[in-house]
This record gives sequence, structure tokens and C-alpha cells, in this order.
Amino acid sequence: MNIPADLKYTKEHEWVRLEGETAFVGITDFAQSELGDIVFVEVETLGETLKQGETFGTIEAVKTVSDMFMPADGEIVEFNQKLGDTPELINTDAYGEGWILKIILQNKAQLNNLLDADAYTKHVNASSH
Amino acid sequence: MKNTPFNRFHKELGGRMVEFAGYEMSVEYAGAGVNDEHLNVRNNVGVFDVSHMGEIWVKGPKAFELVQKVTTNDVAILTPGKIQYSCFPNGKGGIVDDLLVYKYDNSKYLLVVNASNLDKDWAWINQQNTIGAELENASDNTAQLAVQGPNSIAALQSLTEINLSEIEYYTFKVGKFAGVEVIISATGYTGAGGFEIYMYNSDAEKVWEAIFDAGKKYDIKPAGLACRDTLRLEMGFCLYGNDIDDTTSPIEAGLGWITKFTEGNNFIDRDVLDKQKKDGVSRKLCGFEMTEKAIPRHGYDIFDANGEKIGLVTSGTMSPSLKKGVGMAYVKTAFSKIGSEIYIQIRNKKVKALIVGLPFYKK
Repeated sequence: MNIPADLKYTKEHEWVRLEGETAFVGITDFAQSELGDIVFVEVETLGETLKQGETFGTIEAVKTVSDMFMPADGEIVEFNQKLGDTPELINTDAYGEGWILKIILQNKAQLNNLLDADAYTKHVNASSH
Repeated sequence: MKNTPFNRFHKELGGRMVEFAGYEMSVEYAGAGVNDEHLNVRNNVGVFDVSHMGEIWVKGPKAFELVQKVTTNDVAILTPGKIQYSCFPNGKGGIVDDLLVYKYDNSKYLLVVNASNLDKDWAWINQQNTIGAELENASDNTAQLAVQGPNSIAALQSLTEINLSEIEYYTFKVGKFAGVEVIISATGYTGAGGFEIYMYNSDAEKVWEAIFDAGKKYDIKPAGLACRDTLRLEMGFCLYGNDIDDTTSPIEAGLGWITKFTEGNNFIDRDVLDKQKKDGVSRKLCGFEMTEKAIPRHGYDIFDANGEKIGLVTSGTMSPSLKKGVGMAYVKTAFSKIGSEIYIQIRNKKVKALIVGLPFYKK
């Protein structure tokens, strides 16, 4: 299971990577492996400012539809357009090419109430047994 | 939960195991995904464990009469070695199950039924057997593999002296395969060509190993339940529990072609279904394609352009071969014509789709 040490995680299996004032958001390697082949990602909240925990989009695997949640308050400034034609990038590179959103954080301090890699690893181990 | 005789192979191959119809079955295998498994069957050759399917033998001097009574298709036109797709009407115009009928002779038939319906089917057919046909439920002793895909003959021919290319579609042979006695039929649920092979549980591991050895040079791969569903849906094949059930009639479901009102075929519900065929039905099962990127799912509502509800999605997926959202739905008959515009309620919006002919996937 790939859980990079430099990211923050939600219990719903999103990751956040801070780069200056903006942050990248995606779903974790664990999440993609549980979902299986990703066939569609829908984000219709581009340009909106959402609160931590609000739904920003949906991700569809062959058999399932799941909501995705904002890891922190933020303005959605970019959606990874490559996912339109190649949603499988989330399967092959969940933390890189498979990023989903770029957001501008409203309150960086909120990242402190997310999980670090150790805590997320424990969370995954608990939820996969 | 029951295991099929292939359970250990699924686990060795990293199968993602789930309970399905009371059996522990593999949804997909490690190292691939449902799309890869799907395309490997469509374009090459894959192996499904379908041992959960039910096998019911009908034997004796009353065998023909019972099968004719409980199934909608006309068993009289079957000759020995032939197979027929059919369904059990439920006495109320609905469907108990869909099945395959294998004819040995007038006093010996094999009925292959859905695992999820086996108990219900067994009770139903026993209840209908007021004429003394001999019934035997062989499901617990019978294993089944479906080897599907255009390279099936190439991958399997070395295992048997039966000339596989001479087994016509919907016919079967009984003989030696991988050194053991099997029934092998040119049938399947994928539209990709190939065979279904029935064997005794005690021979199952040997057959699996032989198939994977012989198929190695053709890159044969295991295929799980997830791609079994996407493959059947691309062909527009009905799935019991989704597209047909005890409340849907074969006429509504587009199964008029296996509901034969021929002389002498006095099956259960003949009169009510004949009336439906003559007078028409108020809803029909149809195929549809999304006109933009979106995935229809079982249970989504369908509306017309004016926002009036006109139907319900029964099956839907992103087609791995066609790369678009496709589905099947019951819609009001007025909207069942090819080219009709319908609107699928997907979360908070209505997405346009068009009624299309089946199958979705054409070779």
C-alpha cells in the first residue's frame, strides 16, 4: 500500500498535497484499489468555494458510484481535464497524474485536523479487516 | 457460504472474493482490472468459474412433457445434442427464471438455471411435476467452467479428440476432455464465442490445470464476475434479478423469440402471454446509449422531454468495448422505438439517451 509520508489524508480516503497557497487533491492508492477500474470522474463544482467535508464530485468504478469530499475549506480552481478521457490515471498514478482538484485553501490550519500518513495507515488497516 | 471446487485457484490468483448466490466467488483477479479481463475475453480467451449455476436433470418417459409444460420455448423442435434458451413462466405472467435446455433424447434433458434461483426453481418444477417425470438436482456435484473468447478453440483443442470447431452454436457433445468425462457446449453469456464445460466436482481441479496449461501460449486468463456482467450487458443479454424477474413478462422483456405459440406447446401462462403478444404491452425492455459521458445504473429513473416519468433502468454500465454509457430499461411502449429520446436521472440532472437496437457491441 502506497501512503506517501508528505501528504495529509481524510478518513474518506482523499489526499491533500500543499504547494504554496494551492493544494492538490486526489483519492488514495488504497481507495483506487478498493474501487477497481475507475471509469468516470464527475466534478461540477469548478469555481465554487466549498466547506471541509462537502461533496465536490463523484467517482465511478464499474460497479460503484462514490462521492468525494473536500478535505478542507477551499475554492476549486482546477479540475484535472486529463481524467475526462483517461480516468484510469487514478488507478495507475493516484498521487501524481491522477490528481483530481487544485484548490485554494481558505484556512490552512484545517490541515491539522486531517490524518498524517501514520494515522491514515492505521485507519486503512482498521477498515480493511 | 459454499465454495466451488476452484476456490483455491481463485485465491492463488488474487481473486477479490465476494459472496454471490451463496458461493464465495471472484469478482476480479489481481494484476488486471475488470476492463482488461473484459477485453481479454472479447478479443482473446478467458476462463470463468460458473460452478454456482444450477443443473437439474429431467428424465424418464414423462421428461419431454414436463419440460414442454414448464418452459416457454418449443422443446419439440429440439433434436438430440441441441440446446435452447428458454424461461420458466410463473403462472402469473412473470418469470421464475431463465435457463438453457439441453436435449439428450425425449426422456433425458438437462436444465441449467441461475444459482440465485436454484431453490425456487427446484421447488417450482417439483410442484409442476404432477405427471411423474424423474427430477434430479445435480448442482452440488457439478462444476462448470465457461471458456470464452475468439481463441477458445485454439486454446482448448489439444485437450480433446472432439473436433471443437464442429460444435455448432447452441449444440453440445459428451466426451473426454483433459482425460475426464465432460459435457461441452458452444454456449456462453459473453457473445465472444467459446464453450461451457460441465464436469464432476472431483475432476474439476484437473480440468482447470489442463486448461491453463494448454492455454498458456494463447495468454489465457481468468475472468471474474464483474466482467461477466459487462460482457453480457454489451450483448443485451438479460440478467435475472435486474432485467427480468417474477413481475416482468417474457413479452415485455423482448423474449418473444423464445415464447413459442406453436401447436402442442401448451406451456404455463400460454394464454396470458399470447394475449400480450396480440394486444401489445404497456412497457418494453429496451437498450439505450447515453449521448454524453455518463453512466446509467440499475434503479435510475427515466423521464421524457417534458419531465414525465416513463421508465426505469434495469442494468447499466460504462461499456469497456464501446467506451460509452449503455443500459437496459423498461420504458413505456411509446418510447421503445429505436431513436427515441429519453432522459436518465443521474444524481441531480437528467442526461439524454437514445433507444438503440441490441446488441450494443457488434462484431
